[in-house]
Amino acid sequence: MTEASSTPRRPLWRRLFGFNLLAAVVLGIAGWYLGWYLGKQATAASLSYFGDTDQNDISVFLGYTLGVVGFLIGLGFLQYPLARLRGYPPSLREKETEGVGRYFGLCTDHKVVGIQYFFGIGFFFAIGGLNAMLIRFELLRPTPVFNAGNYLTLVGLHGTMMMGMMTSAILGPFANYFVPIMIGARRMAFPRIESFTFWLLMAAGTILMTTVAFGGFPTGWTGYGPLNDQANSGMDAYIMFFALVGVSMCLLGMNMLATVVTMRAPGMTWSRLPIFVWGVVSTSILNLLAAPVLIAALGMGLLDRTAQTTFFISSGGGSQYLYENLFWFFGHPEVYILAIPGFAVLLELLPVFSRKPLWGYRLAVAGMLGVTLLSFLVWQHHLFMSGINSNLRPFYMLSTELISIPTGFTFLCGLMTLWRGSIRFTVPMLFSLAWFFNFLIGGLSGVFNSDTPSDTTEHGSFFVMAHFHYTIMGGLIFTFFAAIYYWLPKMTGLELNERLGKIHFWSMFIAFNSTFLPLFVVGFKGMPRRVVTYAPNLQFLNDWASVSAFVLGLSMLLFLGNLVYSLLFARVRAERNPWDSLSIEWQLPSPVPVQNFDRIPTFESDPYGYGDGAVPVARPAGAPAAGS
Amino acid sequence: MLWLVLSAALTPIAALVVGPLIPPGNGSVQAQGQVFDNQVLIGVSAPIIVFVLVMLGYTLVVFHQREAALEGPPIRGDSRLQLWWIVITSVTVLGLAAFGTYELVKDGAGGGQGPSATFLPSNHSKAMDVQVIAQQWEFTYRYPTYGGLETPHLYLPADTLIRLHVTSLDVVHSFWAVNLGVKADANPGVDNVVYVETKHPLALNIRCAELCGLWHGYMFDEQGRVVSQPEFASWIKQQQVLYGPIVKDLPPYSTTYYPEPHLRAG
Amino acid sequence: MLLASVTTITEDRRSMVWKIVGTFVGVVVAATLIVFYVANWLLSGPPIYRPVSSSSGAHLTIQTVAAVGPKLSPNPDWVSYLIQKPSGSWERSTIWDVPAHSTVHVTIYQFDGDSGLRNPFLARPEGLVGTPTLDGKPFTQIDPDDASHTFAIPQLGVLVPLAGVPDNAKNQCGYAPCDPATMAHRTITFTFRTGKKGKFRWQCFVPCAAGFQFGFGGPMQTIGYMDGFINVV
Repeated sequence: MTEASSTPRRPLWRRLFGFNLLAAVVLGIAGWYLGWYLGKQATAASLSYFGDTDQNDISVFLGYTLGVVGFLIGLGFLQYPLARLRGYPPSLREKETEGVGRYFGLCTDHKVVGIQYFFGIGFFFAIGGLNAMLIRFELLRPTPVFNAGNYLTLVGLHGTMMMGMMTSAILGPFANYFVPIMIGARRMAFPRIESFTFWLLMAAGTILMTTVAFGGFPTGWTGYGPLNDQANSGMDAYIMFFALVGVSMCLLGMNMLATVVTMRAPGMTWSRLPIFVWGVVSTSILNLLAAPVLIAALGMGLLDRTAQTTFFISSGGGSQYLYENLFWFFGHPEVYILAIPGFAVLLELLPVFSRKPLWGYRLAVAGMLGVTLLSFLVWQHHLFMSGINSNLRPFYMLSTELISIPTGFTFLCGLMTLWRGSIRFTVPMLFSLAWFFNFLIGGLSGVFNSDTPSDTTEHGSFFVMAHFHYTIMGGLIFTFFAAIYYWLPKMTGLELNERLGKIHFWSMFIAFNSTFLPLFVVGFKGMPRRVVTYAPNLQFLNDWASVSAFVLGLSMLLFLGNLVYSLLFARVRAERNPWDSLSIEWQLPSPVPVQNFDRIPTFESDPYGYGDGAVPVARPAGAPAAGS
Repeated sequence: MLWLVLSAALTPIAALVVGPLIPPGNGSVQAQGQVFDNQVLIGVSAPIIVFVLVMLGYTLVVFHQREAALEGPPIRGDSRLQLWWIVITSVTVLGLAAFGTYELVKDGAGGGQGPSATFLPSNHSKAMDVQVIAQQWEFTYRYPTYGGLETPHLYLPADTLIRLHVTSLDVVHSFWAVNLGVKADANPGVDNVVYVETKHPLALNIRCAELCGLWHGYMFDEQGRVVSQPEFASWIKQQQVLYGPIVKDLPPYSTTYYPEPHLRAG
Repeated sequence: MLLASVTTITEDRRSMVWKIVGTFVGVVVAATLIVFYVANWLLSGPPIYRPVSSSSGAHLTIQTVAAVGPKLSPNPDWVSYLIQKPSGSWERSTIWDVPAHSTVHVTIYQFDGDSGLRNPFLARPEGLVGTPTLDGKPFTQIDPDDASHTFAIPQLGVLVPLAGVPDNAKNQCGYAPCDPATMAHRTITFTFRTGKKGKFRWQCFVPCAAGFQFGFGGPMQTIGYMDGFINVV
């Protein structure tokens, strides 16, 4: 360990004072009450509808906003800007703290932020997953069991939580932890912003959970107007959540891009960049450009709900199409923000476990960048049936179909990397291989959806639901688990139990396919999305999907059990390079020390030199020789 | 080689046997067009699925690691293969797009086209107008050619080209007549036109396909029908007797409505 | 297998016990919170009212009010339906059990002012046995602008528009429950038949939710106020 522990630890009660999570929560609650009070003052004289509805959206919004501000101040984000304003020199003071406490506050060490992201996102993923189990429970029978209004909020919560949190599923934990290491840097370009994006996300998730206290929201994750204007105060939580997530995504993307562009070590040219970093770059471009549009659309929704503007109300001069187009202009890049990291992890892991270089490196990069560019040109395929000008539909059909070409590059590069390799079936490899099957079905069903005549029946039905679950869950979440099993030994220094991992994989893969394959059929047979009741003849298929979903939930619990067992009880020390990878992070100790490298390495090649006298990509000073 | 054999066998089965079983069936000309479209898509997808799965399966079985520490050959790419792949995928995709466009342009393919529909069936000037009004949380229907009569259930005459005008009174809904292969979003203040040519008598399954609030899941109509033309004529007469008295209280027929309250009530 | 590997770890015994206890407690707490969350929130809703049926079928006595009041709801200014229990007191319940294959007689005391129908088509009663009466007189249609609420069970084809109390009426009701004997109201009676068992939703079609977009938010979209279920059992 390289940290020097020279100062004696202060007593617990003294350590509780200061800028930390406790202060953050206290200030957050104080901010909430201040905002609520200010909102009441603002509405006293006008906006009589607040009295009719017994709801005060201005109070709720101000409460949330000031609450988040208080929360961030309490964590200490204002300290450094204020210090610089007063003339103190730049520093990364917060990085030097040690101990478990640094995981619960503002820490500028990108590795700490990576681990924070892992657990934070994991927590909200579990909540979203629980929501999904409850949804499938409700859909066991056509007759509603749950309160129909709260069921709609449940559906909305599942979608919103997943879409907001999983955009950072791979970028958060793994890109934050490994991108600086992979490019040979000691830190991210903007370390405090990195921590900021994490805590914003946590605040956002908490706000979303409070929607339950305000009556929930009835719009599903897409939040269409004018329904979003009609909704109870719970809608405000949704708006705040996505606004904060949008800011977090935008800043995360900007930070990643700045880091990769400016902080690469000597010898790390663009053509030697690991494909994972290329994937992060593509995703960051999407993050940076798409998220602000969402924030704008939600800002208009906020004004509609409070100031009585009519941006999305056609009888007031606005148009629901405005919301639909703005939202989907963000929404389509959003789903590629979810998918591309999956490609990145896949192509990063396949060479390691087939012991061959990545096949078609330039083609793979071209594929990712092609998807990035094209994803901005396809959004109206979500609006094929909306009554948009019919002349637009052939264009968007074409552009959407075209996106399958760069996506196909990933298939080609992946399959050819495997071809004639020496394939090892470790747990991360199993999850990566499942990607091929899942994304194949997901991608092809996407082609069905992009075909406008076919989309007439499929739009807004369970077919679309099955399609995006195959691509997002089958594509992203499987590679998310691959990344976890692959990289967690490096991040924590502890092994994950392999037998439990394999059971987790097989149960998840079989249950996942069993859950979503019938839903294609259900969609064709006429079941729309977000419904609490359905035609009785669809009950058998729905029951099959529900039972499979419960098994899927159990497999997730198994993973959680594996995590707890491996990290808390078994605590088997992991080898430095259990996968024999040539990538730079595996040449470093586990967990990676605070400064990453003793001396910045010089890179001689990309990390895919398998097969011909394999040497690791670079030799940082002090690391043992290759092949150990 | 294995791929060719499997594809040659499976593709026709998938496209010709499974294909027609996929809804929306042949309730209308548009629905039949969609079924054919789906058949073509399946016909193209089946070889792709077979190719990827066969290649994956073969690779995983044959190239499984035999001895530890064995490395694979350092192949980094093959530009000829890449070129062929790009060409083949592009041609396939462009072909599908062209075919889809053809199907779409033919008659609108049952999708809502907005107020100024451009993909018109050949005999569109003789189409019968029927309006679908979506409101929270019910569909009602108006027949402008019968004096603006409004009815709670949709009856359509068989073997007729119908021009549906779908609109909403409040939030965004979506009119989805599943076995007619028709889907058009109902937007407030917008007249969403969709053409459908009915064929034989049929019981309609109509569902709302856009989340519109609490009872979205219950916003369905299972009592709509396509009936023979004489039966339709007598049904209309019957409805005129039943709902005639209230027609005078209805606003005059129009493609969009802005009933009070437009905005926040109270 | 698990326990064996646990005891071979060279960790401090006490720390291991703390970990096991901690994990166990954590799991129990989490499970409890989850069950609490599920049960309380997802199964929430108004109580189910089960009327006593007689040989002439089931009877429901209902009132619709302009403001439900703080004692009956956390939203005192929301409009609502209330049902009368056999003891005579009024309960805010919108989920009612009725017997299958029988006749249901409904009496509604309407205390709210008119809002008008957005779609005047719905001013015509439908799906009933015989003719409904308004203040004792049979009616086949009301003036759409006079409508204050409707009672509609779309899946059974039942629709009854409820006329509103005129604005200049004396002695209008404030907060619920309202007293039909002393306060201004309209009385609507109707009868409908039930078929086989099922759970059917009912709703109001008049934009009576003051302060919400198009008058259709809030109480109009919350079960327990202007929406509910008819359980045909």
